Amino acid sequence: MTDGVHNRARPARAPTAGLSGFPSFSAVFWIGLFLVTWALSTWSFALYKTFDARWIIRYPKKLEIPLDTWISNATNWLVEDLNFGFFTFRDVTRFISAIIEAPYDIMRSLLVDGFMIGQGQQAIDVAPPLSWIAIISIAVSLALYAKDRWLAILVGVCFAYLAAFGQWDSAMVTLASVLIAVPIGVAGGLALGIVAYRLPAFERMLRPVLDLMQTVPVFAYLVPILVLFGFGPVAALIATVIYAMPPMVRISTVALHSVPEEVIEAGRMVGCRRGQLMWKVLIPTAMPSLMVGVNQVIMLTLNMVIIASMIGAGGLGYDVLTALRRLDIGGGIEAGLAIVVMAIALDRLSQAFAVRRVRPHLDPQLPFHKRHPVFTLVVAIAVFTTLAGAYLPAFREYPARLTLTTGTFWNSTIEWINVNFFDSIEAVKTVLLNVLLLPVKRFFTGIPWAWGIVVVGLAAARICGWKLGVMAAAMTFFIAASGLWREAMTTVYLCSVSVLIASVIGIPLGIWAGQNPRANSVIGAMIDTLQTLPSFVYLIPVVMLFRVGDFSAMIAVVLYALAPAVRYAAHGIRSVDEELIEAGKVSGCTSRQILWRIKLPLAAPSLLLGLNQTIMLAISMLVITALVGTRDLGQEVYIALTKANIGQGIVAGLSVAFIAIIADRVVTALARSSQQKLGLT
Amino acid sequence: MERPVILDCRGVWKLYGPHTRNFLEKHNGSPTDMALAEANIISAVRDASVKIRKGEIFVIMGLSGSGKSTLVRCLSRLVEPTAGEIRFEGSDLLAMSENELIHLRRKKMGMVFQHFALLPHLTVLQNAAFPLDVQGVDRRTREEKARQMIDIVGLTGREDYYPRQLSGGQQQRVGIARSLVADPDLWFLDEPFSALDPLIRREMQDEFLRLQSMLQKTIVFITHDFDEAIRLADRIAVMKGGRIEQTATPEELVLNPSTPYVEEFTRHVPRAKVMKLRSVMSPDVPDGVYAGELSGNRTVADTIHQIDAATHPFKVTGEEGEVIGTIDARTAIDVMIGRTGA
Repeated sequence: MTDGVHNRARPARAPTAGLSGFPSFSAVFWIGLFLVTWALSTWSFALYKTFDARWIIRYPKKLEIPLDTWISNATNWLVEDLNFGFFTFRDVTRFISAIIEAPYDIMRSLLVDGFMIGQGQQAIDVAPPLSWIAIISIAVSLALYAKDRWLAILVGVCFAYLAAFGQWDSAMVTLASVLIAVPIGVAGGLALGIVAYRLPAFERMLRPVLDLMQTVPVFAYLVPILVLFGFGPVAALIATVIYAMPPMVRISTVALHSVPEEVIEAGRMVGCRRGQLMWKVLIPTAMPSLMVGVNQVIMLTLNMVIIASMIGAGGLGYDVLTALRRLDIGGGIEAGLAIVVMAIALDRLSQAFAVRRVRPHLDPQLPFHKRHPVFTLVVAIAVFTTLAGAYLPAFREYPARLTLTTGTFWNSTIEWINVNFFDSIEAVKTVLLNVLLLPVKRFFTGIPWAWGIVVVGLAAARICGWKLGVMAAAMTFFIAASGLWREAMTTVYLCSVSVLIASVIGIPLGIWAGQNPRANSVIGAMIDTLQTLPSFVYLIPVVMLFRVGDFSAMIAVVLYALAPAVRYAAHGIRSVDEELIEAGKVSGCTSRQILWRIKLPLAAPSLLLGLNQTIMLAISMLVITALVGTRDLGQEVYIALTKANIGQGIVAGLSVAFIAIIADRVVTALARSSQQKLGLT
Repeated sequence: MERPVILDCRGVWKLYGPHTRNFLEKHNGSPTDMALAEANIISAVRDASVKIRKGEIFVIMGLSGSGKSTLVRCLSRLVEPTAGEIRFEGSDLLAMSENELIHLRRKKMGMVFQHFALLPHLTVLQNAAFPLDVQGVDRRTREEKARQMIDIVGLTGREDYYPRQLSGGQQQRVGIARSLVADPDLWFLDEPFSALDPLIRREMQDEFLRLQSMLQKTIVFITHDFDEAIRLADRIAVMKGGRIEQTATPEELVLNPSTPYVEEFTRHVPRAKVMKLRSVMSPDVPDGVYAGELSGNRTVADTIHQIDAATHPFKVTGEEGEVIGTIDARTAIDVMIGRTGA
């Protein structure tokens, strides 16, 4: 026991050795590694000129692994030639499309289009869609059922916003996709989770796949789906389901595993069969955790449905996308706000369901409409307004003359900002670009690829052992050998600058929130809202103010990745043992000393975990910022998407995933070792 | 008169680690501590044999890690023993198929858990009715039975509460109601009162004895609390390091501990708390005046006030009410203050 403690304490003593005149091996290693890297990065171009060795800065074209071509060819073969005898691969994809298309069409007809027979001009209306009043009242009553009247008011206002600001039809198209994708994602995720729970071997197999799926950038999902399923809402739905399912799988497995052993034994002792044990004991007991998963699926679905507008999902995402392309400020902000509003409504609603408590049973003697007054009323409203819509257009569609628009307001606001603050914005931008962004960019993109592989391998090996070092070096080699070195280094540079700024802003905010309950309630609410917003939305204001380029991308990434830095810092500060703080107080620490000497050192593991999450979010957002004209791996994926080049998309996507995986492993290892040092395992 | 054996468990082993069954065979069924440690195998239960007789309260006592919980899980086959034989009412429990086992558990076994193991999404009534629900009993019948059980455990009026709305003691009452609703013959209780406050624990023990006097189940009761064991048990098996050190009545255990470990445990137990009148009485019954009759199965501590207050000795009676001896205040007080070496 004592031995173990001493072993753990050893790294902590290392800095002391450094102060007494003999720099520790660790310090020499890191400083040396950095200096060599810096020198090579600075003079790589000069080296190339002196030795006339272009391979120093460019991975030789001849030695590139043409993985992208292979993948593209394989896919072509799949799509064009693969034949299982009775059916072809094409038939399989068509079959899957058909299965998803049918319910989607029904949902869409119900919410937006109305039911029709026939096609195009000859179409005959059979039944109108649900009237907007009906949909709002359904949403409100759900909120009432899930929680209370305050939530009902919030949800009502959100949906009313969609109607009043002319976003109704697009919003309903988006909602239809969400309503179809969520049940599929939840059911599929739960099913896989159950299998993984029952078969540990399957879980071990599934885990790396899920890890990869969560780190591969969203655009990279779209490319193969686009190639296999074509352009359109169904392809978008499939991409959405695939994207939103992994967390549900993970959460279901964890939730099932965390059902207390005794409860399972109780189930077995009363003689449950396997199925009964699962559906009557395990799943109901795990329900609160499972509902957290459902909430996640809903939010990820919304996020992806917006992004998938690039492959034809339509709806609000499409509006934002076209507005971005046309630089239509007002339109973009309006559609963006509609997404925000919808995200907030869906998030609060599903969270309310997650913590909803079952209510006592009502007297079954009462007639149905007395036991369920709200339900009865809502059905009545829905039927009445929908039928009335056939005669009175106001019921069918929100009256156009009552539509408010803020488009011009936003246009003039942005214009006003740009006229009055252009110089100061531009000054900030220029300073940051010159002082921070460009030097970092030069440093990273200057690193010769060969040394890059070595340095990544060495660093990873030093922190997490040689196995991971080899893996990290291999992954880096893969990136270089795919001819993506420069793009990858651009990604790393944008990511590190953004993470740095996000940490500089986020960690102090988190510390403040951790020490001050009032600050916590404000900051917490802000961060919660920021986190529910689909990533796409962040681009809108940024582009409006800063136009396209690395700087805009960085701002968007910082905004998106801020949340975990704040949250983990606050959590770390708050979870410091009260006794230790009291010990500090009785030793006569000032509150500043308590913060610096006690709270911060103990919160270090938490800060590192926050850093890890910040990096992950930054990388995922970075890919989306390809839309505002970065020149990194994200752009590569985006280009692949526009050209439907599956090989290029997958290789670039994998490269992003590899960067994320290396960062994740290294930072997690750092967090773990600092936890061990503090004995907080 | 010996009562029939309900559960007969012989030479049960439970080992955790790689290839435990081969390992056990290789060491002729009794590996040494060294061999276990070398093979990286942890032994939870080692060569345990117990016979549980109809209608008795059989307590398995041991500190944490002694293997008592694993043993009871072997007896109910929640855990598959590595080796050994377990017979339930004569039939081989370990040879039973999944379906037979399910049938057995539905009809013949009930179990109460340390942390209650109630289902959080069901009401008190639904929790109590759950075993019947699983069996497919229709709602009206099962709720009626569950209501009876809830009444017996004293929770009437709380049928529609959820477990989280109840105190620990109340939750365990629901656990007891659930374990009894299918009217089992064999009742397992795995440290049922350990998670409760001392005062509530005492109350629940009394409640448990009251229930048992009403229901006459065969009981396997797990505890780490020696006082609890002595209070409740007809017989106690003391476990240490996976082995059963001694199986005996509380009295025998205190009077004749067979190992130093058991002796260590029983050293501080007041003799009077376990000594029965039948074992301290004098077997002669001289003519004379007696204050009354006392059952030979009652303990000295239990009856000392009565004996001390009377001016004459008491007759001691046996199982059938026949007089088997006498006891006077002097003898009883000797036992109380530990003057007799017995």
